[in-house]
Amino acid sequence: MTDHIIEISHLSKSFGGKKVLEDINLYVRRGEFITLLGPSGCGKTTLLRQIAGFLQPDEGTIEMDGKDISGIPPHKRELNTVFQRYALFPHLDVYDNIAFGLKLKKVPQDEIDKRVRRVLKLVAMSDYEDRDVDTLSGGQQQRIAIARAIVNQPKILLLDEPLAALDLKMRKDMQIELKEMHRKLGITFIYVTHDQEEALTLSDTIVVMNEGRIQQIGTPVDIYNEPVNAFVADFIGESNILDGTMIRDKEVSFIGHDFKCVDTGFGENNPVDVVIRPEDIYFTDSDNKAQFTATVKSCIFKGVHYEMFVETELGYELMIQDYDAYPVGETVKLYIKPSDIQVMQKLRTANVFETEMSGDGTVSIFGEDFECKPELGISQGDAVTAEVAFDKVELLDHMEEGTLEGEVHFILYKGNHYHLTVKIGEGQFIYVDTQDIWDKGDLVGVSIAPKDIKLTKRDEKA
Amino acid sequence: MRKRSNWSIPYFIFLVFFVVLPLVLVAFYAFRDREGSFTLDNIAKFFSDKDTLSTFAVSLEVAIENTLLCILIGYPAAWILANKKYNRSAVTIILFILPMWINALMRTLATAQLFTTLGMNLGKGTLLFGMVYDYLPFMIYPIYNILSRMDNSYAEAASDLGATPWKVFWKVTVPLSMPGVMSGVLMVFMPTVSTFAISEFLTNNKIKLFGTIIQENINNSMWNYGAALALVMLVIIGITSLFGGDKEEAEGALI
Repeated sequence: MTDHIIEISHLSKSFGGKKVLEDINLYVRRGEFITLLGPSGCGKTTLLRQIAGFLQPDEGTIEMDGKDISGIPPHKRELNTVFQRYALFPHLDVYDNIAFGLKLKKVPQDEIDKRVRRVLKLVAMSDYEDRDVDTLSGGQQQRIAIARAIVNQPKILLLDEPLAALDLKMRKDMQIELKEMHRKLGITFIYVTHDQEEALTLSDTIVVMNEGRIQQIGTPVDIYNEPVNAFVADFIGESNILDGTMIRDKEVSFIGHDFKCVDTGFGENNPVDVVIRPEDIYFTDSDNKAQFTATVKSCIFKGVHYEMFVETELGYELMIQDYDAYPVGETVKLYIKPSDIQVMQKLRTANVFETEMSGDGTVSIFGEDFECKPELGISQGDAVTAEVAFDKVELLDHMEEGTLEGEVHFILYKGNHYHLTVKIGEGQFIYVDTQDIWDKGDLVGVSIAPKDIKLTKRDEKA
Repeated sequence: MRKRSNWSIPYFIFLVFFVVLPLVLVAFYAFRDREGSFTLDNIAKFFSDKDTLSTFAVSLEVAIENTLLCILIGYPAAWILANKKYNRSAVTIILFILPMWINALMRTLATAQLFTTLGMNLGKGTLLFGMVYDYLPFMIYPIYNILSRMDNSYAEAASDLGATPWKVFWKVTVPLSMPGVMSGVLMVFMPTVSTFAISEFLTNNKIKLFGTIIQENINNSMWNYGAALALVMLVIIGITSLFGGDKEEAEGALI
């Protein structure tokens, strides 16, 4: 028997032409606590519902214990689900809710009694057998929902944002209890959440998802310390994400300084993203140790530590967390340890559009005509690659003033500028570097000056 | 400042004149004889008159049969209508509701004409057909309403716990839709007991229903006995509505 209880390969799913999941490959080890983590709409719940059997994959397979379960209906799968809104049956009391699955399996009555009592004890709800479910509080309903699932002794327990409806205090308590339950039961938990802290607290393995794709799979420590891209770094914990250049192996330049680091294999003089966690920037008095200086701009007490924003002499803003407070306005000396610098491949370095000339002086980008500098040998109908630098895209307050209309979809602060992802249409994005402050969801007009569109002719495909 | 409760005055007046006053009048006539003095004879007459009693029994029987038939036909229809897999358009629902827009008497007359043209004997069968035809929408609509608003996660939870689609239907969908069935029953059963036009047209008065007897008495100026019969029927209907279970839920299904 394989160590992998679930094996998902090349799984894709679309709803009404919109790709929700794309080429998902994932295995789940027997007995582990694995979390699917991502912002809403990233496809994590869709993936869970396919494992549960409520949805069928369009492409790819889901194997459980080495057998493809794609066509098997939910009631024949050896797993149980804890639903986001609990879905306790309102016409049954607590006992009958929990016994529902056992009665269907024709378990003898005395055995049902025994097992219901046992799980009620496990979720600390022993005296509630005869209660109506709608007389219970959210947290109690949550426990009954968990009891109703685990009483069937499933091989896998699926949990779809089970704590989302609880208040903060309750959520923290339930996190500890869930972890404890997982240890006692020894079964595999597949957990879905958008709460990165919850994921870090509970999981053996975290699967970070965004826009229907898996971004990174790893232990909480791996994901936190070594995020593979800017999205993961930004989503998990606080971070400073900066544009950098890999000078050579183990040497990287960012915020105008060269730093020693431990990363290799990024080539020479290549643009990279650099992540520094706010607790990894250290204050020092020693001029030898100091790598750069900055001015403290703000300092807020956060309970355990202080959170400070500093501005370097070259105008980069960094977030620092430290146990000591430094007064606003003071110039401080700072250093970063080589092992705390996380270098990541840049997903892209410019906007690249594979398109064609819509006229002699215009190029089509996402279906709209942009004026461009006429170039020798390129004329109407030619297939071209149009390249636009991030900082050459102009965003306008009024949608109708732009050539294209879009919505600010994702914002990344890069120390001295914002890197925005602007969504034009389904799967159509333009990336913009700007000093201006925009909010997620802002509707913007997009325009590009003719001189900033670099055209190269592509060979026409036969 | 005028009180918000003043707004209810028109409705209050309406209730007094068109609901309370008629009821009082019915009760008043029921306990009077022709000369206008107090008597229990009218009520006693009902319980001693074999013909009236058997008509009442037939009425109840027809009403129960009609209600059961409406559930039997209406529930699956409502289920199919509420299921997105089988029905994606609101047009089909309107088609089911559409007959309600046409006056019941006209439909009944047309049905009777149809049976006569086909040369069929008018009797119990045609009576039940007419009743089901008339009252089915009142059963379908509340059930459809509750089914279409039912949270799909209940069904998913049941199938997740090992229930086959058949078991999901019987153990979750049906119990959770009972309020809809109950309000359907209230809307079908009670009017059926008191109906008279349908039986008149669809059985040529071969089968007399309780409503017919009341109508005959009143038409023949037997006001007191007619009122007594109406009162008895009111009480019976009142009692059945108590069996309607959770009223609030049943009413909720109608909205």
